[in-house]
Amino acid sequence: MKPAINTGEYFITGDVACAEGALAAGCRFFGGYPITPATEIAEHLSVRLPKVGGTFIQMEDEIAAMASVLGASWGGVKSMTATSGPGFSLMMENIGLGICTETPCVVVNVQRVGPSTGLPTQGAQGDMMQARWGSHGHYEIIVLAPSSPQEIFYQTIRAFNLSERYRLPVLIMTDEMVGHMSEKVIIPDPKKIKIISRCRPKGRKNRFKLYEPGPNLVAPMPAAGEGYNIHVTGLTHDTRGYPVINVETQKQMMDRLIGKIRKNLKDIIQTESYRLDDAEIAVVSYGISARTSFAAVDEARKRGIKAGLLRLITIWPFPEDKIMELANRVKGFVTVEINLGQIHQEVQRCIGGKAPAFLVGDAGGSAIPPDRVLEVLKEAF
Amino acid sequence: MRPGHPPDHPLDDLLRTDRIPSIWCPGCGIGTVFSACLRAIKQSKIDPKKIVMVSGIGCSGRASGYVKLDSFHTTHGRAIPFATGLKLARPDLTVIVFSGDGDLFAIGGNHFIHAARRNVDITVICVNNFNYGMTGGQVAPTTPNMAKTATTVYGNPETPFNLPLLAYASGATYVARWTMLHSRDITESINESLTKTGFSFIEVLVPCPTNYGRRNKEKPLDTLKKYQEKTIIKNAADLTQLDIDHEKGIVLGKFVDIDRPALGESYEKICRSDNME
Repeated sequence: MKPAINTGEYFITGDVACAEGALAAGCRFFGGYPITPATEIAEHLSVRLPKVGGTFIQMEDEIAAMASVLGASWGGVKSMTATSGPGFSLMMENIGLGICTETPCVVVNVQRVGPSTGLPTQGAQGDMMQARWGSHGHYEIIVLAPSSPQEIFYQTIRAFNLSERYRLPVLIMTDEMVGHMSEKVIIPDPKKIKIISRCRPKGRKNRFKLYEPGPNLVAPMPAAGEGYNIHVTGLTHDTRGYPVINVETQKQMMDRLIGKIRKNLKDIIQTESYRLDDAEIAVVSYGISARTSFAAVDEARKRGIKAGLLRLITIWPFPEDKIMELANRVKGFVTVEINLGQIHQEVQRCIGGKAPAFLVGDAGGSAIPPDRVLEVLKEAF
Repeated sequence: MRPGHPPDHPLDDLLRTDRIPSIWCPGCGIGTVFSACLRAIKQSKIDPKKIVMVSGIGCSGRASGYVKLDSFHTTHGRAIPFATGLKLARPDLTVIVFSGDGDLFAIGGNHFIHAARRNVDITVICVNNFNYGMTGGQVAPTTPNMAKTATTVYGNPETPFNLPLLAYASGATYVARWTMLHSRDITESINESLTKTGFSFIEVLVPCPTNYGRRNKEKPLDTLKKYQEKTIIKNAADLTQLDIDHEKGIVLGKFVDIDRPALGESYEKICRSDNME
């Protein structure tokens, strides 16, 4: 067998960094389906996984890919898939099954332009609300949005860790630009990589209850074949995992599914603040658009405009407190994203009318140039 | 099962008795196929800890909620790809997919043919009741031509699948068809499938008196009489002659039992070995 972690310095794309991050996190199953611009993740893992004792399978569609990922996870194997817009739409139903059955796994969406087939080879950030609400019913989800190949590497590891700790599918929303961009990526020594694995049940097997919550409202998770006789269903279920069709059970299940995320926001939410300390204008952005925004903030500062950047790394749950805190001290906000205002609306909601908010958005197809952001920073305030 | 007492029924140790009675209607055939499956599990001598049941959505899909094994009740049509991921990740497990005709062959049809083509080492048991029972008896890809259902009140204008032919053409290495009356044969076929490596498919015809029977003026007993009188056991029969014709008679039997390398085995040999770089 080959080593799963190839420590060293590389010049690789975001997609390849994602695949290497998954291997470093302990991912040993990938079920996927080819789609631009996420295919390179599958291709890279098809080469690497079998040599580290893992399994790669190209399924017949993204519905099957997502189902296979859930099956592998219940086999006790860390698993993932990667896709883009249309495939992401097809995965939604089984992402919901993963949420309801509390199945750890990672789903990567290298975003391209939609709606529909859109511009398959060009980037966008138009699936941010789909990531939040795309599967039916009310739920909480964890969504991360890295900005560079190096960060994709680390956030993929973090996505696995969060999915294992909180037992749910964690989504990585990157974009075609970051996915296809080649940059220096340092893969550290395995000893320096923190790996979290799902909490395992202890105690007598015949008394085991599949959804009896432990600390953090998360229940320990056995794998198939260990003698626990688990029953896993997408129907509303009680702590035994048995379907119980009434409103009380639904409420209890939902309280926990939502509570386990809402009560651990500190651990889940990650943002980066850049020149925000004395800022009068807060730029809010993520993914490739955050890199545009860094340049725009620097240019604005050169012109005496006190701008700063809040870069969102965790998108969902939304970093509400951070925006609310900023709303009390800045004169205005600018959201930069390659859609027509999905995260902008969230920013506005958190500001609650305390400051004006502008959108630098785009229908998709290319990164937003820093000049466009600078224009707004100069004119709007 | 009461603690300290022998089981009340020989299959109780494989049942979640605290979930009985089942949702299945009087006269329904799913229970018979289910108990044949449990008997086959016993006969196979495989450690039940290492047997997993996966099902989709529908009346038959509820079986996974009654079996006392590790069991997974997944989304509609997706039992097979879920099972594929589970089996590839855990080759030590014996994986049974237990589901209905609508689940496996309408919404899940694409997954069925690809799992058979790949020869994933799983056993797929299809309880065929000729319609969608759970939702009130709508037309299915198995509903006979001209039969009446909740969505074909004028008669079904479509033609049903010949499931054994479809399974074979897709690559299944074991194919059999029985009716619920043939519970020993079902048991034997499931047992053979569980102990065989490769993609196995067993179709079992059952009545759905509540929906299909009612609309087609077929009393439960009439259906069973038909299964007794109008069926012919013909092992290794010509697969192209297996369309279900209730008038001419329905051919039952074990039609295919061949060997070819299963996916897990090929993957190990071709992709994991060190000499292929």
